[in-house]
Amino acid sequence: MFTGPEFAATLSELRFTHVVWVPDTTIGPWEEAIEATDGLQLIRVCREGEAWPLAAGLHLGGKQPLVVMQTTGLYESGDALRNVIYDLHLPLFALIGVRNWLVADSKDSARRFAEPLVHAWQLNAVWLNTPEDKPKFYAHVRACREQQIAGVAMLAEGAP
Amino acid sequence: MKSQAKQRTEMPVLDALQVLIDHCTDWIVVTNQSSSRSWPKLVRRPLDLHYNPSTMGGAVSLALGLAIAQPQRRVLCVSGDGALLMNLGSLVTVVTCAPENLVVCVLDNEMYEVTGGQQLPAPRKKPLDYSALAKGVGFEFPMEFNDLADWQKMSKHFLSHAGPTFLTLTVGPTPIEYLKSPTPPMSEMLPQFRAALET
Repeated sequence: MFTGPEFAATLSELRFTHVVWVPDTTIGPWEEAIEATDGLQLIRVCREGEAWPLAAGLHLGGKQPLVVMQTTGLYESGDALRNVIYDLHLPLFALIGVRNWLVADSKDSARRFAEPLVHAWQLNAVWLNTPEDKPKFYAHVRACREQQIAGVAMLAEGAP
Repeated sequence: MKSQAKQRTEMPVLDALQVLIDHCTDWIVVTNQSSSRSWPKLVRRPLDLHYNPSTMGGAVSLALGLAIAQPQRRVLCVSGDGALLMNLGSLVTVVTCAPENLVVCVLDNEMYEVTGGQQLPAPRKKPLDYSALAKGVGFEFPMEFNDLADWQKMSKHFLSHAGPTFLTLTVGPTPIEYLKSPTPPMSEMLPQFRAALET
């Protein structure tokens, strides 16, 4: 959907300062473009549970982080997400790659639980299902910032 | 280095923390688990962030984010050993990001203290060597203290080093009245903390 340069340019325009991530096969190829973008620092974490508190620290310190991971990482890091969004009330934003979302007959349980989990965690989500949805990312980030609330963009992916 | 043959020696935890309190007067301090109860009973400062409620193991990551965002300030993270074991990978992330202003301190008491003192998922007969773990992931000069006089004597020198640095304090249990002391509410702490960062 996004090319690396296109996504990095969008982050730059939105004045994100850090990308805290565990990449997947769709998002991973954006690495070079993100690293090449002035004012944007890529932070690689060992597991997704690190990403949320690290982003929380960046946010409290005055920076504008974006958390990036796949749905499997969202599931793994649920407690960390719960803590920073609902206990600390920090308006963090995340992009979540939804593995196999574009594969209608996929038996991948990671696909099956994506939507229920977004609802369960009461995430303020926008879904990016087609290239026409790309502007929704920008708009959702802006809207969340204006309201000072957390948000996520769920990026539909094909098979890994 | 720890020796399996030696009997464990440990410091009174409040005295060990007091050394940090005396030295880190204008630092950002992130505590969690038992230290988030005991530290604010010993001292209250606006740049203290007692991370409770927390995600267990998240304190090092939170402190790392603060250290990256606030490079002009020194940042101390006081982690429980059980919490650190839940997020050992965070030490790798710290070393990779290499913030010179961050000190990670683990309180080694060999138990899950806030839940009543249960055993960690670590071998009872072979104490974990946190300094060796830290050295293995790339901390250059991890230090370990289990004697209060040594810690008091060496603290200034150790804490003045450019980081990231890793410190193990081998300590005894937290007195129950400190353990049961409530952490300041996050709703009070965060506004004070944010305001202090702006000064």
